[in-house]
Amino acid sequence: MLRKKNVLDCVDMSAKRADSRRAAAYHGQGRSRKRPAYPMRMVPLLTGFFALALAAATTGAEPVRFNRDVRPVFSENCYRCHGPDGNARQAGLRLDRREEAVQAGVIVPGDPQASKLVARLYDPEPLRAMPPVWSNKKLSDDQKALLRRWIEQGAEYEPHWAYIPLERIEAPQGSAGIDHIVNAALEEKGLRPVGEADRRTLVRRLSFDLTGLPPSAEEARAFITDHDPDAYEGLADRLLDSPHFGERMAVYWLDLVRYADSIGFHSDIPINVYLFRDYVIRAFNENKPFDQFTREQLAGDLLPDAGAAERVASAYNRLNRITNEGGAQAREYLAKYATDRVRNVSEVWLGSTLGCAECHDHKFDPFTAKDFYQMAAFFADIEEVGVYGSQFEPLIRVLPDESKEEISSIQNRIRELRQDGGRLKSNRENIETFRAYLRERLEEWRMVEPQRVWNDCSHPDISGCEDIDLRLEEDGFFRQVVTGEEKPREAVQKVEAKLDGEAITAVLLELFPSEGFDDFYLSELDVKLLREDGRQESIGFGALVPDRQGTDSYLRHTLDGNARSGWQGDLAEEGPRRAMWVLAKPLQSKVGQKLQFTMTYNGRDAKKIAGLSRLAVTESGFPELPPAEDLRQALGTEAKLSGKQGRALRRMFRQWTKSSSAWREIRKLERRRAELLDHADECLVTGVSEELREVRILPRGDWMNDSGEIVEPQSPHFLEQIPVNGNRLTRLDLANWLVDRENPLTARVFVNRMWKMLFGTGLSKVLDDLGSQGETPVNQDLLDWLAVEFIESGWDVKHIIRTIVLSEAYRRSSEPSEALRRQDLDNRYYGRQNMRRLDAEFIRDNALAVSGLLNRKMHGPSVRPYQPAGYYRELNFPKREYEPDYNENQFRRGLYTHWQRTFLHPSLMAFDAPAREECTAERIVSNTPLQSLVMLNDPSYVEAARAFAARILQSGRSDTAARIDFAFEQAVSRKAVAQEQEALAELVASQLAGFKRDPEQARRLLSVGFARVPADLDPVELAAWTGVARAVMNKHEFVMRY
Amino acid sequence: MGLGSLALTSLFKGRLPAVAPGISGFPDHSQTIKRVIFLCQAGGAAHLELFDYKQALVDRDGEPMPESFTKGQQIAQLQGKELRILAPQHPFKKYGKSGQHMTSTLPHIGGIADDICIIRSMVTEQINHDTAHTFMNTGFRSAGRPSMGSWITYGLGSESEDLPGFVVLTSEGGAQSQPIAARQWHSGFLPSRYQGVKFQSGGEPVSYVRNPPGVSRDNQSGLIDAVGKLNRIQGEMIDDPEISTRIAQYELAFRMQMSVPELVDFSNEPQHVLDMYGATGGDGSYASNCLLARRLAERGVRFIHLYHRGWDHHGDIKNGVKETCGLVDRGSAALVKDLKQRGLLDETLILWCGEFGRTPMSQGDRAKAGRDHHIKGFSMWMAGGGVKPGFSYGATDELGYAAVDNVVHVHDLHATILHMLGIDHTRLTYRFQGRDFRLTDVHGKVVDDILV
Repeated sequence: MLRKKNVLDCVDMSAKRADSRRAAAYHGQGRSRKRPAYPMRMVPLLTGFFALALAAATTGAEPVRFNRDVRPVFSENCYRCHGPDGNARQAGLRLDRREEAVQAGVIVPGDPQASKLVARLYDPEPLRAMPPVWSNKKLSDDQKALLRRWIEQGAEYEPHWAYIPLERIEAPQGSAGIDHIVNAALEEKGLRPVGEADRRTLVRRLSFDLTGLPPSAEEARAFITDHDPDAYEGLADRLLDSPHFGERMAVYWLDLVRYADSIGFHSDIPINVYLFRDYVIRAFNENKPFDQFTREQLAGDLLPDAGAAERVASAYNRLNRITNEGGAQAREYLAKYATDRVRNVSEVWLGSTLGCAECHDHKFDPFTAKDFYQMAAFFADIEEVGVYGSQFEPLIRVLPDESKEEISSIQNRIRELRQDGGRLKSNRENIETFRAYLRERLEEWRMVEPQRVWNDCSHPDISGCEDIDLRLEEDGFFRQVVTGEEKPREAVQKVEAKLDGEAITAVLLELFPSEGFDDFYLSELDVKLLREDGRQESIGFGALVPDRQGTDSYLRHTLDGNARSGWQGDLAEEGPRRAMWVLAKPLQSKVGQKLQFTMTYNGRDAKKIAGLSRLAVTESGFPELPPAEDLRQALGTEAKLSGKQGRALRRMFRQWTKSSSAWREIRKLERRRAELLDHADECLVTGVSEELREVRILPRGDWMNDSGEIVEPQSPHFLEQIPVNGNRLTRLDLANWLVDRENPLTARVFVNRMWKMLFGTGLSKVLDDLGSQGETPVNQDLLDWLAVEFIESGWDVKHIIRTIVLSEAYRRSSEPSEALRRQDLDNRYYGRQNMRRLDAEFIRDNALAVSGLLNRKMHGPSVRPYQPAGYYRELNFPKREYEPDYNENQFRRGLYTHWQRTFLHPSLMAFDAPAREECTAERIVSNTPLQSLVMLNDPSYVEAARAFAARILQSGRSDTAARIDFAFEQAVSRKAVAQEQEALAELVASQLAGFKRDPEQARRLLSVGFARVPADLDPVELAAWTGVARAVMNKHEFVMRY
Repeated sequence: MGLGSLALTSLFKGRLPAVAPGISGFPDHSQTIKRVIFLCQAGGAAHLELFDYKQALVDRDGEPMPESFTKGQQIAQLQGKELRILAPQHPFKKYGKSGQHMTSTLPHIGGIADDICIIRSMVTEQINHDTAHTFMNTGFRSAGRPSMGSWITYGLGSESEDLPGFVVLTSEGGAQSQPIAARQWHSGFLPSRYQGVKFQSGGEPVSYVRNPPGVSRDNQSGLIDAVGKLNRIQGEMIDDPEISTRIAQYELAFRMQMSVPELVDFSNEPQHVLDMYGATGGDGSYASNCLLARRLAERGVRFIHLYHRGWDHHGDIKNGVKETCGLVDRGSAALVKDLKQRGLLDETLILWCGEFGRTPMSQGDRAKAGRDHHIKGFSMWMAGGGVKPGFSYGATDELGYAAVDNVVHVHDLHATILHMLGIDHTRLTYRFQGRDFRLTDVHGKVVDDILV
């Protein structure tokens, strides 16, 4: 116990705060923290608090510590009515502040007899006794005696452990520091640690812990037989450098930040945020310092020179559940999103349940409702809407690396071509030539002359359709006219035009502003050829050409059959809009045939129908978007162009003209570039809205009540306040505050969770609550030492993990000695390691790895393993059919699985993977019959077993015993013992007998999945060994890390 | 061969363990019921069309809704629309000796009027389907909390030796099917074994309950036998307390594999029983789910939750209600009658209600008017052990807008269900994120008036 911290630090810390009075009061007197700092060697380790030891000496009893002993009792039984929440407080008494409790005479330090607290605890009259009967709380005799003894010893308070500033605890450097502190605690308790685990256990443990994958049989054998004393360290370094490290860490981080592939509410339709998942994997692999990692997620968009990676990181702010349910109220859902973010940021970084202060001041911790809404105010700048449609802007489009390379070479080539040929000068002569050229090309597009236009009202759900009329005007224009009271939610416009035997290569749709129709939302475009004989033929499209960059994908949505996605804009604001759909193959029409265009407009919140439109077709082999309407008219005449038209023409000239020799190739390259750009990855990102949302304290969390005070962003009042220099604080300020050296929580929270990841329980075991209702760490020195080490290493994640895994404590066997079982059953002093079941994703990974099927490809869109048919039946808007991947993506690691929040893949769910609707700091670890059903019958596992069986049969071993040994070496890194040999030999025999009797069954079993079945293997033998492989993979050991 | 060789008797002396044992200390007082069947009329069944007759709606049909009712209140799809009163679309009549007043479109439920208790003063807090179901099931508006079926099996355990304690069945028809998230039967922070297991019609009745193709029953049991042996050998090599649990779970899994096909096979049900429900077999209809619910109840399943996704009548409620009633009426009534005949009704609670009600105001074209979501007042009925039969409770105001007499909040409903199961709702708690959570949050009072 070498903490140098003393009372003066506490007071200093308090004085720094904005509200020092309140903070000092909160921290009580804190005198008991005084501990002299001795040079290390001289200090008898673990003598406890020096001051308390003295106090105890006078009373002859073991010293009672407030944080360890008293606070949990107070918090559990008393704070609900006598704690921080002013609204719930009874009799005006609070026990969380020493001065108030003393002033009220409830606690008389040193005199339990005179303390009202003691009197009420022991009061024989049930109506007066505390805690009251109705609370269902009851103190044991030991707890009462403890409080009594504490008062006798002076009733000293301590500041809550997690809010005390971090100080370096003196201990040896590196992993030895951990062992020094762990061993000292063991020694104090009189506990003897167990020895190091055997090498097989070590290589498996380290491999699962650092990569989520098993060691291959060869890797395991190499380590087991390597007697170099540095072998273990080498293994740890190798695994930390493995790209699978980032994948393993991502599983932990994605749970916290509730990453998923769907919106979470109601329709739960998919969103694209997988680039964020990939960002997280890369960040851990590149060992991005945790402070930077924090800044990029919370405020990547606000960083100077924010690039694609930083903007993708900012998707963190978009990971909350969102709705697109009809009839949802925008304000209500904006309030939900705000509270969701407060809960998440406080749980992820502060390990605090600030979320509890949404409706009232926190019952147990010093958080106030105001703190809650001040935290929410940091996020009030985020561009979002309460109720979404089918688009989730803002988005970023990012190119895959391969495309980037190709585009870069395309651009180089274009540059070369331009240098070769040079760009035509935009002098008068050239412009005139260009004008003439364009005039010629004007003929390329021919307005469609509709014979008939009408609104298709056949759909029964379209109300208001009768109130609207589609009329044909001159020059091919058709106009939507409102005749009745209301505009429909959806409109289906149909246009029919006769053909004259021309070839058609592309279709152009132009939309113009018109009174009363501002926004448009074209969800579907369908074009049919109506033959003379009445038959119809659908027209397919290839390239799509929008009038503005980056909107190609929206055009694509007009062809996807989904009425909830499409091409949209605001004609009133943006002026006319145009888009071109290029036919997949040119159409050679015949005279008398007709084209029928069906345009479905579908707006969710408003009626987004284009009021005035026109259609055109072209025969050009290389169709271009024609000049804009105003320019086009001018080009058709000899009239002098206006200034605006002239500028537009020059702009076009610059875009279009290249020296003729290079022009064609450049155009080709540009088309390829456009195609590549069209296939960019898309990801939700954080944008800053033009107007800040007003954030008020909502009384009892009621979003309809706007009587509360308006608040500005700020950190919780009892922690270091962020200086406001005139400007409103931003998310970046919040991020900087979270990773400030002085923040007492962030580093503690992180290293505690790392410890949990590597040991199975946290040093403070309640991972999501470091507050009063959490657990005072059994070994706070260790937690604080790690936290300081983490900060001082420059928030180096790999360093802290490496330091832990190289410790003796980590390497210990997980089997308790008799004495440890007796004295420390829960292993809170780490005299041994803990046994843990693998996480859901890693169970899958393990099966795939052992089977040889695992596809180690990283990153990219989420993938779809087999899933029971009909599992998505309860989803709607739209209804969904799950299509498993019948390609190499079937065998990707579990973390890439499509994460449908309302219907998470049942195998992952059975092994306790969370839906990721909320922050999950600690997964439940259960052991259920549904898990057995997954391992036995899920086709993923059956196929893996079949592939594993093929490996066994192809291992070059022919006798049963050798094959069983091979299977064991692959699956659990050891040979089978005699009894296991015997059990499996029996199984082989009975399986063989069964499948020989009925070879058809063998064939059926081998048909599970789609991975190739080696043709040279005997189906009966392969089926029988599939049974053996299933048995081995269903062993408990297979899902465990020891 | 098979499970016989697992020497089950030596592992579990006497009774087999339940799939999900409960915690100790419950029931903490005497139970009037042992199990719950919740017939959720998902989408929001319109109380004013079914159980809550208002003459004023008939008299004032088409008139503007007085602003005094609606001002400052939450509203869903009618946001910004003109609000007009809509009369019930079908006649009401009095049923049974008790003279319960109900729609004529539910004649079979009318036929059991003397067995049911109608509550006409329900209120909830969430106005959209997703969050309203979440609130109805968990008592909270945010995700991540256990649903009531999980709480109840956590408290009391399952009585079944080979089926989950909490089973979910769904059906649809009669209106557009609103989605239902798996969150609605999730165990939240409670151990996963208390999670609801959804059965489905067609394909596997329960995910992964069927053997892989080509694997016979004997083959599977031999395999599980071998897994058990391997695990026991492992247990001798390492002191891992989870091994024995794992062995037991494989045996339970195998028993589930055996019992589920028998459960969903209606071939041994006599024709008159099928006729009573209007079930043609395990076709996933509401009627067949009601029959399945009875079979689950008989086998000791603690909480059976049916969802019929067919009540979201935003338009053409006249035909919509008629159609949906036609799909659920017979099965609901048959379940009550069937359980009664078998002497099981006394120990079962049946609940029938949606996640919210629907507005007194019309939505859309008058000719094909619908009703919007509504949370200030709606109706439900319950039947079974300990509930006053042929009884009515609570009332809404004259326009059926807000519950005004004997208001029953969702928290109160939860408290009452738990009470009937012998659980004091303030004592069934679970520590999560430093706080003792319960189904009723910090609210809820038992509605004693409806209990015998």
